[in-house]
Amino acid sequence: MNTLKQRLKDRYGYAMTVLRGLVKTDFKMRYQGSFLGVAWSVLKPLMLFAVMYVVFAKFMRMTDGTPTFPVVLLLGISSWQFVTETVGIGLRSIVDRGDLLRKVHFPNYIVVVSASIGSLISLAINYVVVLIFAIFMRVEFTWRVLWLPLNVLELYIIALALALMLSTFYVFYRDVLHIWEVLQQIIFYAMPIIYPLSFITEKHPEYSTIANLELMNPIAQTIQDIRHNFIAPATQPTVWNTFGSWWVKLIPVAITVLLLWFGVYVFRRNSRRFAEVM
Amino acid sequence: MTQAIEQHDAAADEAAQVVTIDNYMEQPVVLDVNHVEKWFKLPTEQATGLKQAFINWTKGIKGYKKQQVLKDVTFQVHRGEFFGIVGRNGGGKSTLLKIISQIYYPNSGSVHVEGKLVPFIELGVGFNPELTGRENVYLNGALLGFTPEEVDAMYDDIVEFAELEDFMDQKLKNYSSGMQVRLAFSVAIKAQGDILVLDEVLAVGDEAFQRKCDDYFTKVRQDPTKTVILVTHDMSAVKRYCTRAMFIQDGEVAVIGDKESVAERYTLDNLEAEKRKKEQERARIANDPNAYPNGLNARCPLLRTYAISSPMCTTSDRFRFAVEYQYDEPGDFYIAIAMNDIRRGGITFDSGPKRFKMKHHGHHVAIFEIPLALFNDGEFRLIASLRTPTPGDGTMTDAVAVALDDNSCTFVIRDKDNKDSYALINDRSLEFVEIEQR
Repeated sequence: MNTLKQRLKDRYGYAMTVLRGLVKTDFKMRYQGSFLGVAWSVLKPLMLFAVMYVVFAKFMRMTDGTPTFPVVLLLGISSWQFVTETVGIGLRSIVDRGDLLRKVHFPNYIVVVSASIGSLISLAINYVVVLIFAIFMRVEFTWRVLWLPLNVLELYIIALALALMLSTFYVFYRDVLHIWEVLQQIIFYAMPIIYPLSFITEKHPEYSTIANLELMNPIAQTIQDIRHNFIAPATQPTVWNTFGSWWVKLIPVAITVLLLWFGVYVFRRNSRRFAEVM
Repeated sequence: MTQAIEQHDAAADEAAQVVTIDNYMEQPVVLDVNHVEKWFKLPTEQATGLKQAFINWTKGIKGYKKQQVLKDVTFQVHRGEFFGIVGRNGGGKSTLLKIISQIYYPNSGSVHVEGKLVPFIELGVGFNPELTGRENVYLNGALLGFTPEEVDAMYDDIVEFAELEDFMDQKLKNYSSGMQVRLAFSVAIKAQGDILVLDEVLAVGDEAFQRKCDDYFTKVRQDPTKTVILVTHDMSAVKRYCTRAMFIQDGEVAVIGDKESVAERYTLDNLEAEKRKKEQERARIANDPNAYPNGLNARCPLLRTYAISSPMCTTSDRFRFAVEYQYDEPGDFYIAIAMNDIRRGGITFDSGPKRFKMKHHGHHVAIFEIPLALFNDGEFRLIASLRTPTPGDGTMTDAVAVALDDNSCTFVIRDKDNKDSYALINDRSLEFVEIEQR
C-alpha cells in the first residue's frame, strides 16, 4: 500500500504540484482587479439565472407545465455553461501559456486540466445556487441523487476530452476557435436545454423519433441524467427511459469513451511539438 | 537513519574534492546527450490556417522546408562540472539547450538527465505580469516541480539574491525589466536543482548584480554536487568558470574538452568569419566598377593611408606614412589628416583643412611624418580626407572622400619608458608645475 502511494507520488507528484500552482494562479487572475472579487463567482450565476428565468419561463413560456421547470432550466444551462467554459478556456490555454511552455518543461496537459478545474469550481458554485432554488421551489429529492457524481464525472470527461482535442488543433490552426464557436451554437440548440423535449414530441409527433435522437449526444444525455437524478425524475426523459435496447442506451457512453481516447491520443501525439510550433 | 548519515559523510568527503578537468571522469554522468539530431520545418507560407493548409494539400505543396539545426551531437556532462557551450549565432546552441531542458524533443537520438534540471532560457522563466513578485516565485517554483513548502525554504534566499525585498508584494508589471530578469535569474540559481542550465545570463543586471553572479559562479564551480551548463559568447567567462567547454559549429561538436583550446578556437573562428566577410566585400568591390569602398566615390576612387616606417613605434621614432590618391577634377584640393586615439577615444591631433595643398592632379602619393615623443603607449589611427574649398568661403573646405576602414593606417606606440600609459601624453613631455601650497 505504501509503495503504491510512493509510486503514485513519484509519477504524479510533479504534475500535482504544477496543477496546484496553475489552478491557484488562474483563480487569482479570474477576479483580478474587480471590486467584488470572489463574490462574483456566486453573484454572476444568480443574476444570469434571474434573467433567464424571466425571459424563458415568464415571457416565452417555454415550459413543460411542471412547477419545477425553472430549476430544471437553470440546471441545464449551468451544466452547459460548464462545458462551454471548459472548452472555451481550455482551447486557448496552450497558446495562452505559450511563453511558459517555451521556457520550462513540465507536463503540458496540466495547462488544459487546470483550465477545466477552474470551470469545475464555477460549476460547483452554480449547483449550490441551483440547490437553493430547488429547496425554495420545494423540489422533492430522491435516492437518484446518488447517481449525480457519476453524471458530473461523465460531463467533465466530455468537456476535458473536447478541450484537449481542440487545444491541440488550435496550436496548429487558429480557425478552430471560430469553428468551435459556431459548432457550440449548433450543439446547444440540438439539445433539449432551453426547450423541453416534450415540446417537440407533443406538438410534432411525426418528428418524435428524430427528437429522441438528440439524446444520443453524450452532452445531452449527461445533462438530462443530471436533471433527472437531481430534480425531476418524473418529467425528464433520459436515454435510459426513452430507448429499450441496451445497445442504443449505451451509444452516448461509448461516444464519451471514444472522445476521451481520441482527445488524449491527439494531445499526446502532438504535445511534444507545442513549444516548437508556437 | 544511519544510512542517511553515512551518505551524508560520503558527500562531505566528496565535497573536499573540487571537480576539475583532470578528475571529472570519476564523477557519475548526469547528462547524457546521445547522437541528437534536430531539424525544424520552416513554413514557406506565412499564413497558419486551415485554408492555407488545405490549399497546400491540394497542390501537393509541403508548405515548409527542412532546416537542419543539430547533426549528430554527442557529449556527456559529469556531476559537479561547470560545462561551457560556445558557438556563433545560429550555430545550434540554444536549440541544444532546449533539447537538454526537454522543451524540444530530438528528431533522433536521446537525452538522459539524472536529477532535477532547472533551466534559465531566453531571459525570464515565463512570469505573469498580473501577479506579485512573491506569487510569481511560487508559481515558478511549482512549474519547476517544487511544492509550496519547498519554495518556502528557499524563498528568502531568492529574494535576498535578487535584492528585491521591498518589491515582492508589487505586481510584476510594475517591475523594471532589469528587476524582472534579476528575479527570474535568482529563482533559477537558488532553486535547489541538481543541474542548472543557463543561456546568456552574463548580460543580466547592473554591475553590482553581475559581481554577485560572479561570486556565485565561482562558488558553485567549487561545489561537486551542482552541475552547471552555461551557454555564452563571453570567452573570459568560459576561462574563468568552466571545467570543460564545447564549441558547436553548424550543428556539430567542433571541439570539446579543454576550455582554453575551445575559447581559442572560438575566437579564431570569429576572426576568420570576419576576414571572410571582408574578403567578400573586397571581391564585391573588385567585381563591380560602380562600387567604392566606404568613404570613396567616383570623383575620388582612390584614397588611402599606409605606413612607410614600421607601425610598431617607440617615442623616439618619427612615424612616416604615405597618402595615395586619385583625383582628376581641375581646381585646388587639399589633404587633411586626423589622428585618432583608438584606446582612449577622441581625436588626438588634426592637420586642419587647408594645411596641405596638393600640387598634382591624377594618381599621386604624398609622404608625411609625425614625431611621437609626446605620447604614452597606445594605438592610433590616421584618417586622411581629400577636400576642395567651399565655394564662397575662403577658410572652409568640403570633404570629397575619406579614407576609412581598410584605407586608414594604424600604428602602435610601445616604449619601456612609458610606465603608466593611462594618460595620452607621457610624463617626459608634460608635467604639472606646483606653484604654491596654502
